[in-house]
Amino acid sequence: MTFALPWRKWGRTVSIKAGRRYPTVVALAILFIAVLFCIFCFADVLAPYDYRTQSLRQRLVPPVFLGGMSSHLLGTDELGRDVLSRLIYAIRFSILVALGGTAIGALVGTTLGFLAAHFRGLVEEVIMMLADVQASLPFMLIALALIAAFGGSFLLFIVIMGFYGWEVFARLTRGVVISAQGQGYATAMTALGASPWTIYTRHILPNILSVLIVQFTLNFPQVILLETSLSFLGLGIRPPLTSLGQMLGAGRAYLTTAWWIAVLPGTVIFLTTMSISILGDWIRDRLDPTLRGSQT
Amino acid sequence: MNKGLLTTKLIRSLLTIWLIVTFTFIALNLSGDPIEALVGDQASPAVIAHYREKFGLDRPLWEQYLSYLGNIIQGDFGLSLSDQKPAVDLIAAALPYTLRLGLTAFISGLILGIVLGIVAALNRNSWIDRFVMSFAVLGFSLPNFFLGILLILLFALRWRVLPSAGADTVWHLVLPVITLGTHFAGIFARFTRSAMLEVLNKQYMVASRAKGAPRFRRILWHALPNAAIPIVTVVGLKLGDLVAGSIIVETVFAWPGIGRLLVGAVTSRDFAVVQAILIMVAVTMVLANFAVDFIYTLIDPRMRAAPQEGR
Repeated sequence: MTFALPWRKWGRTVSIKAGRRYPTVVALAILFIAVLFCIFCFADVLAPYDYRTQSLRQRLVPPVFLGGMSSHLLGTDELGRDVLSRLIYAIRFSILVALGGTAIGALVGTTLGFLAAHFRGLVEEVIMMLADVQASLPFMLIALALIAAFGGSFLLFIVIMGFYGWEVFARLTRGVVISAQGQGYATAMTALGASPWTIYTRHILPNILSVLIVQFTLNFPQVILLETSLSFLGLGIRPPLTSLGQMLGAGRAYLTTAWWIAVLPGTVIFLTTMSISILGDWIRDRLDPTLRGSQT
Repeated sequence: MNKGLLTTKLIRSLLTIWLIVTFTFIALNLSGDPIEALVGDQASPAVIAHYREKFGLDRPLWEQYLSYLGNIIQGDFGLSLSDQKPAVDLIAAALPYTLRLGLTAFISGLILGIVLGIVAALNRNSWIDRFVMSFAVLGFSLPNFFLGILLILLFALRWRVLPSAGADTVWHLVLPVITLGTHFAGIFARFTRSAMLEVLNKQYMVASRAKGAPRFRRILWHALPNAAIPIVTVVGLKLGDLVAGSIIVETVFAWPGIGRLLVGAVTSRDFAVVQAILIMVAVTMVLANFAVDFIYTLIDPRMRAAPQEGR
């Protein structure tokens, strides 16, 4: 069953590059994600203040569009820290954790997938059993149990995020490698005396890289949501560090007096997940050959 | 489902639960000395030795493991660190609240989603369809913690029409249910729409129309049961989301359920409660998967007719 919708839903299109037209929503989503990555790269240049600088004389200043002051465009929080600067650094930390977590998951999962496909037998059974166990529980719960057992330092938190989604990478890799093993080029390489390691890294890995990259982009927003949820609960990224979820969770206490502290990071999280899901949908539609006929 | 498949599934499920129990035991042992956490690092060696003996920590690891397994089978998950009550009692007190909120949200989300999905599919590519699908994308893109905060901000703080915390009256249920249910409504609306679209052009739909069956009957009796199979799959898959969502929503709205209990236990590192909830959810999820498999055979006659083929 296809999940995607027909092409007409994308409506009006705009050109970004000559000769290529993108639906307006998709162009906006791409733009938003690009802006996020710029902020991630250049946070120190973009932020007007350090995210930890407090100024107790200027607490809970409203944003400029609510009659605040021009030195704090998006206002300040309960300790007089500039919300715009905190937002910029929060984006950096959230993306950093999500990138780190997804990368660890991809690396571990792919390796285990290779091992399962190479050794088969008991090794494969054990790895696939572990994958089943992980898939049978909501990951949120596993993460909470690990945090309860091992505490919550920043590095440890990234590692815990790395546990997310490894099983999908392992299943994917195992399946693709097993089917590649039966193909002519792998047999030929073995006959030429190449070691399995060479075949896997030099010949099979490049072939499955595109599948892995797609999976990476699918996992990434999930890890962002996971990080923001856990940080929101006060169990992920903790002060003095900040993240989008941490800002939102901490700003919850000031909803009556200074709603912008919570609503601004929340809006960024919402726009991020929506942009990624719009983009993902669109890519899936384009890659799905069954929908190509209905293009108008 | 045929017997062989059922047995394999049963064995796999039991193995899964056993592995989760074993992992919690390993995590518990790796996480540091529980005695030190209990008596502090100032305690004399004699006191520590006394407590070690009392909790059986002086025995070899495999003996500890076996007694741990034995206790769990008997439903004894140990005492909560914070108030020295059995962890099971705390969970039993919170469970009705979680069920009330979770089931209300899930079922209302399911019904709303299916209705919206059918409406969108019947009006394919019209403005109604676009409107419904925009709502769906909005519904599952809005993180539940943010939606909850927006609802509190508007309905509880600005307009003061609904309570934002606690579980005393039916009114307390409204905002958490909307927060939790919107996500499911969005997801089910999308799946129902595409499942219905797949079915609507089938031959039997044309046949039922030729037979003269009224539109309402065609949709409810001919299209929906056939579209139900992918929907049931998604329902099964989304039960995990319900658990994760409850953790957040209960915390946002100070709802005295299991999710809030869990967050409190993780914050104070009360591992007895955490592991009890973990194992309980694992068992529930395994049972739920069984239930979904069973519902399949009820709604899809093909699975009853040809059990030898496996799935």
